[in-house]
Amino acid sequence: MSLFMHIAQIYFRNRMVDMENLTLEQYYEGYLRMLRIRKFETRAEENHSKGEIPGALHTSLGQEAEVVGACMALKDDDYMVGNHRSHGHPIGKNADMKPLMAELYARKTGICGGKGGSMHLSDFSIGSLGETSIVGSGLPVAVGAALGSNMLGEGRVTLCFFGDGASNEGAFHEALNLAAIWNLPVVFLCENNGWAVSMPASKAVSVENIADRAAAYSMRSELVTDGQDFESVYIATKRAVDTARAGEGPTLVEVKTYRFAEHAVNMGRMLVDRGEELEEWLKRDPVEILRIKINEMVGDETRLKEIEEQVEREIEDALEFAKQSDFPDVADAFDDVYSERVSDFYGLS
Amino acid sequence: MARISFIESIRQAQYEELARDPKVFLMGEDLVANVFGTTTGLIEEFGTDRVRDTPLSENGFVGAAAGASMVGARPIVDLTITSFVYVAMDQVCSIIAKSKYIYGGQVKLPLVLRMCMFYGNSNAAQHSDRNYPMFMGMPGLKIIIPSNPYDMKGLLKTAIRDDDPVMSFEDGTLWSQKGEVPEGEDHLIPLGLADIKREGTDATVVAVAGGVPLALKAAEELSKDGFSIEVVDPRTLVPLDRDTIIRSVSKTGRVVVVDPAHQSCSAASEISAIIAEEAFESLKAPILRVTTPDTHLPFFPNGEKALLPSKHRIVSALKRLLN
Ligand SMILES: Cc1ncc(C[n+]2csc(CCOP(=O)(O)OP(=O)(O)O)c2C)c(N)n1
Ligand SMILES: [Mg+2]
Repeated sequence: MSLFMHIAQIYFRNRMVDMENLTLEQYYEGYLRMLRIRKFETRAEENHSKGEIPGALHTSLGQEAEVVGACMALKDDDYMVGNHRSHGHPIGKNADMKPLMAELYARKTGICGGKGGSMHLSDFSIGSLGETSIVGSGLPVAVGAALGSNMLGEGRVTLCFFGDGASNEGAFHEALNLAAIWNLPVVFLCENNGWAVSMPASKAVSVENIADRAAAYSMRSELVTDGQDFESVYIATKRAVDTARAGEGPTLVEVKTYRFAEHAVNMGRMLVDRGEELEEWLKRDPVEILRIKINEMVGDETRLKEIEEQVEREIEDALEFAKQSDFPDVADAFDDVYSERVSDFYGLS
Repeated sequence: MARISFIESIRQAQYEELARDPKVFLMGEDLVANVFGTTTGLIEEFGTDRVRDTPLSENGFVGAAAGASMVGARPIVDLTITSFVYVAMDQVCSIIAKSKYIYGGQVKLPLVLRMCMFYGNSNAAQHSDRNYPMFMGMPGLKIIIPSNPYDMKGLLKTAIRDDDPVMSFEDGTLWSQKGEVPEGEDHLIPLGLADIKREGTDATVVAVAGGVPLALKAAEELSKDGFSIEVVDPRTLVPLDRDTIIRSVSKTGRVVVVDPAHQSCSAASEISAIIAEEAFESLKAPILRVTTPDTHLPFFPNGEKALLPSKHRIVSALKRLLN
């Protein structure tokens, strides 16, 4: 098949899927979830700097529209796989924030019982199949979830979040090829925030757009150039999700976005000077953009303010819950894994 | 000699070897931005060809190091955190460890894989591996595991000059530790030479990596009770200096082996087996291991701290032998 025919076919297929526009309720829902991420992470960062939260903290501040726009294109029982930048994904898929916050605080009531921490806020009750911190390791898992769901005749869609950096791992190639040859219901969502720690995507990726790589797998692609716009992300992802659900196979969605904070708080010397670029992106705050949009549509802030108050309360409750929870016992470190001979370590009872 | 940190000793070793031999080059993630502090001043001096940033493609660039070494270059690969080596296992185990052998010695692979063991600071199980024992089970790979800045620099320089592939396991808990380290080309420590970090007569502690400073503290504490503890640091696991270990155990008759890795098939297990085989007659008590139990390191700090070897656990083990 010529490249032209291939592109034409992708274009044609894309048109066949209905472009579903968002209802006002969905806009409000999007704002609610984005604001939750914003406040959850802002407070977590503050309290981390006070020494309340151990380990490193990878925030998705600046990427809220991309996360929530993609998650809202899913049904509740669809699956999702994420990565080290893990806080936004479960909140975007409407998880309860209390166990997420408690996990950051390393408490027994945390979503992973205090074993995972910031890089692993994975809530299986909302369809998460892991937030995995080895870059690229989630991609094959997402393929397997889609395969498994097909084998079981359930037809659930799997959304896989991964970064621009991850698209350079071998696992990316293997996962995309497998999904393509088996025509699996996966949506590969590349959160292209321009950087992998200190490495700009422009230097690490051989193509201009990561979405261009889909052609190598005869896979459909979507390129969202304005990832700060909730609606654009939603529409592109929804099209991919609908295509997957209709049995038409996987899509590679690339969303151009930006992380506002450093790669991770408290991870050695990871501070990288991104200069004016950062200043420019800070002017396009996804949460503000959506707020302005809704305000323009409705002309009344009442509901937005209610949402803002609601989120404040939810965050306070989550913090309260986390801080009042107990730390796990040392013995808990031996649960959830098959382990033998744990009683005879000297000085460890 | 100057007092420098563990990190600085790595930087100096790399700097000096890059300057000495134009065949040496360094590659890995986030080196140009100097995220870990081991490349300070290297870019300015050697440029971004010889100090080269890589994309997130571990299997690719570790394999590329193998290929480069086959044609005569001498790559140092900085894999940053040791857990990421799993992504490159194919190249490490099937190409790097085995090429010289399967091709009957026609080729050599003079390369170094550097890795930090990033444990003890709530980075959770996927980032906290102390996985050198896995590679002790893979012939064809030399392993250095220094416990202080002096050894780090001297061993890394030797590793870079070695004609076999060498893996360097660098203990993150030691990064900020300081010590006296010679400047200049000649500071080379041969692979396979253990170091007696403290002399003693009542019991031996064989300790590796971050276990060494803990063993020294334990020895100090027990000296207040009148016990004389010898601390032996093998410094390299492949080759392993059996003679020094056996000599020490033959003298003291009691031994604790300290190893931050998981207990089963740990370096401590191998060292214990060697002692049992070669110094059985001189043992007055069982060999004890102070290791990390066979469960993952959890994120929650109280759990992680409890599982890792500590001064307290080493003292307990020694007391059991001495009483
Ligand atoms: C296999 C592997 N290599 C290196 C790392 C260290 N690391 C963690 S996140 C990261 C950058 C990832 O970039 P990207 O995929 O673009 O995601 P982002 O952090 O930008 O969201 C790196 C290098 C890792 N966790 N796993
Ligand atoms: Mg990125």
